[in-house]
Amino acid sequence: MTVAPLSAQLSPINVELAEYSELFMMISAFIYTLAFILFTVDTARSSATIRRVEAELSAEQRERTRATALVGADGPDTGDNSAPAEHPTAASSDLVDDDLAYIGTRRPLANVAVALTAVAAAAHAFAVISRGVAASRWPTGNMFEFLVAAALVVAVVYLAVLTRRDVRFLGIFVIGLVVTMVVAATIGFPTPIGHVQPALQSPWIAIHVTLAVLAMAVFTLTFAMNVLQLVQSRREKALAGEPKGGTDRRLAKAQFMRLVPSAFSLESWAYRLNAVGFVFWTLGPMITGAIWANESWGRYWGWDPKEVWTFVIWVVYAGYLHARATRGWTGNRSAWLSIIGFVCIIINYTVVNIWFPGLHSYAGLPE
Amino acid sequence: MNKPRNNTPVQPSAHRDNAREDAMDAAQGTAKKDVTVPTLGARGMLRWGWTQLTSMRTALMLLLLLAVAAVPGSIFPQRVQDAFAVATYIEDNPQLGPILDFFQFFDVYSSVWFSAIYLLLFISLIGCIIPRARKHYHQIVSPPPRTPRRLQRLPEYGAMEMAAGGPTPEQALADAEKVLKRRRYRVEVRRNDDGTGSVGAEKGYLREVGNIIFHVSLVGVLVFVALDAMFSYRGQKVLIEDEGFVNALVAYDNFYPGSWFDEEDLEPFSIRLDSFERTFDRQLFGGEPNPNYGQALDFVASLTVQDSPEDEPRQAELRVNEPLNLGGANVYLPGNGYAPVVTVRDGEGEVAFSGPVITRPDDGVYTSMMVIKAPDASPEQLGFVGLFLPTAHDTGEGLAVSIDPELGNPELHLNSYYGDLGLDDGIPQNVYVLDTEDLTELNSRESEAGGIVLAEGETQELPDGMGSIEFEGVQDYIALDIAYNPGTTWILVFSLTATAGLITSLFLRRRRAWVTVETIPGVAGTGSEEPAPGPDAKGSEHGRTLVRYGLLARGEDFRLRDENIALRTQFEKIWPVRPPEENNES
Ligand code: HEM
Repeated sequence: MTVAPLSAQLSPINVELAEYSELFMMISAFIYTLAFILFTVDTARSSATIRRVEAELSAEQRERTRATALVGADGPDTGDNSAPAEHPTAASSDLVDDDLAYIGTRRPLANVAVALTAVAAAAHAFAVISRGVAASRWPTGNMFEFLVAAALVVAVVYLAVLTRRDVRFLGIFVIGLVVTMVVAATIGFPTPIGHVQPALQSPWIAIHVTLAVLAMAVFTLTFAMNVLQLVQSRREKALAGEPKGGTDRRLAKAQFMRLVPSAFSLESWAYRLNAVGFVFWTLGPMITGAIWANESWGRYWGWDPKEVWTFVIWVVYAGYLHARATRGWTGNRSAWLSIIGFVCIIINYTVVNIWFPGLHSYAGLPE
Repeated sequence: MNKPRNNTPVQPSAHRDNAREDAMDAAQGTAKKDVTVPTLGARGMLRWGWTQLTSMRTALMLLLLLAVAAVPGSIFPQRVQDAFAVATYIEDNPQLGPILDFFQFFDVYSSVWFSAIYLLLFISLIGCIIPRARKHYHQIVSPPPRTPRRLQRLPEYGAMEMAAGGPTPEQALADAEKVLKRRRYRVEVRRNDDGTGSVGAEKGYLREVGNIIFHVSLVGVLVFVALDAMFSYRGQKVLIEDEGFVNALVAYDNFYPGSWFDEEDLEPFSIRLDSFERTFDRQLFGGEPNPNYGQALDFVASLTVQDSPEDEPRQAELRVNEPLNLGGANVYLPGNGYAPVVTVRDGEGEVAFSGPVITRPDDGVYTSMMVIKAPDASPEQLGFVGLFLPTAHDTGEGLAVSIDPELGNPELHLNSYYGDLGLDDGIPQNVYVLDTEDLTELNSRESEAGGIVLAEGETQELPDGMGSIEFEGVQDYIALDIAYNPGTTWILVFSLTATAGLITSLFLRRRRAWVTVETIPGVAGTGSEEPAPGPDAKGSEHGRTLVRYGLLARGEDFRLRDENIALRTQFEKIWPVRPPEENNES
């Protein structure tokens, strides 16, 4: 390999490592696809899963009645016996817990899918890191790398949440999105490894883009949760009253939705994550974006199309946080705002990158 | 008994429509009526309007409206960014363009409607913060809220009956106070005459403080953005190698002052471009050019600068991400290109134009647009339009393209025209555009004479004895942006306090806790006594101390259950609590 002199700060691309990066990217895409198929099969066979979970639960119930010393609100209530405030969780009965704790752990298909996701994420992480090492730079320099990194963060955040909470019901959506992102990156924006242009050679790229990726990953999860919340809430209504029309009836019978937490619980979990995502978005695209723009272009904010949409997304999620505290706007309405916020993110990374010209034309797309 | 405290009789407008306040009041059993529509009259209507404007619902609507209103700015070209693109757009859409222009769709962010939305939003915000800050201050200095009558209705609730030998009510109250204090609550003990009573406790006041800091900081950001825009200036200057620039109004190519800009504000620093260096990716993969071969990697401008005419000249380097601070202004390097040195002689053999011509690079290989205007030529004015190619390569069809950004085989490919260039009309013209409509063509690929193709050092005669053009050499030029933004530091400071406030407000928990201590009627005040053994054991159970506690959070609190468990664990550590089964008598 001939190494021609480069500029003082840049070392040459490590071609061999770059090839490994591409190989591992393919491997991880393949394993993600397998995991996605298993999650799908698991979802399709949810009635069998439910039977098993129910059997497990009733065994556990017997065990528990024998146990002693219940704590807190579940505890005894001397005097006038009134239960602590109940949330409308009836629809999902007792198959899932509002705290998203693991109840029935024996869902072999879903568990294998989770294990495969972990393996895929490891290969994926290697692909991303080795690409960065091969080019001696932060691996988020173009649209391809951005999407691939965002997909990795989605998978890692999902796995991290899984260690604490039972969010296997999200698997089909989350891994479906990860597969979509990886495939879209590979087919839509294939970009050979390389150095980045001078404007992108700044330490801010690591902070700014990483925070954007993190925010995007979190918003992806909450998007899935808020969509499920809308479905679940409709199902809860259908179960509570008389179902209106075929969709409601089918929903009421949908076995899979019994493995999904109640609409209320989905809403509060989505809120919790959206709050984190909003802080990332404030610090990342908004503040560090402005700092970097000021350093690179001589103005902190110039209403470039990308900046416009960054602002729009921020305001929509601020609206969402407000809605959660506004009378008459909690529940489905705020869920819609969160979904609209995510749609804006998708627009920001597709339509704006591809069709709206601006200073942020770093997508690395062919002319 | 407990005096009702903290009971603001009327909801301040800032809390209208606040679902969290509603939920809290409902749980505490202190639900209040909204402000009702007041009796008519101008004052009343004004008050009512103000209340509406500062309600949560209005804030939400304005926020959503702001998001929607910002979108057109990404669809239509904006004058703040590219006034030329706007002019082109209007020209290309003669029907729609003027209508859009009338409704300020090319100046969205300074338009009347966009400004109206954000100004209303910020008025609402201020009208929202002030009463909330006042109310919160009031809450901080006054004791925790009074104990609700039915703790059972709170989201988290527990009750414990003391076992034999348990604390007296007085003791239990004191213990509860201690436990709550240790958990960083602010507490107030409310004792009844018979020794029973309750403890009111609250913590997490910082949550609301954070929220207020967040919203106030937003106002701070807006104020400094506005001030910055007024006092700032921004200008552009193209510098060719060995050319100098002094920071004065006349020296700029383009200058955009803020509305309160004063020419005196220009510090007289000076800049001279000594040399410019580009680095491109030249790595080979297995002997073949890599896929990014020829991509720009680094631009460095070597400058001689003087902070003021009195200061010593010094050397400085300017790079893309490293602005140079001179006299409070920042100097940036947004662009660069080639400036071929050309000499045009007219039909009479006189030099009509001579010097470097700034070209506009269009792509990564510096295929550059160029225009030469020679109005002094006679008998006819001369104009040239075409391309500068740093490394020209003939594609075989008589068409040449640039295949590399560096000067491998520099060539000029030009068309030439003669006629009235229109420069004498006094209408300002874009130096990078030659309007050829009223001109007569001399050279082009289609014309008899063919186009002008010049390598370095070559001269070509124009047809009809109109003159000649010589390509002497190539110089570098850089485009400088000079920006003075006095507000940026404060904008950054307020952005950061906003973030700090946001994090505090979103992740800190504001909790209220109450503990009540009672004795079951019949054996009042004897909680500590050993119950008489014997057949009457059931009756003695009613002589014990009963502790209830309830928890309430403002806003989401996912850990309230954990707090319940933690409290209970601590209580059980200090008190002998009767095991639960024994209570499940029924
Ligand atoms: C510039 C426009 C505004 C923006 C960007 C904005 C943003 C936000 C955000 C992100 C939050 C959630 C974080 C937190 O609790 O601190 C929030 C909360 C809140 N905002 Fe605003 N806000 C704006 C204007 C207003 C206005 C005009 C009002 C007055 C009605 C208001 C009242 C509130 C209240 C009461 C909360 C707390 C909600 C709760 O109880 O959790 N905001 N705001």
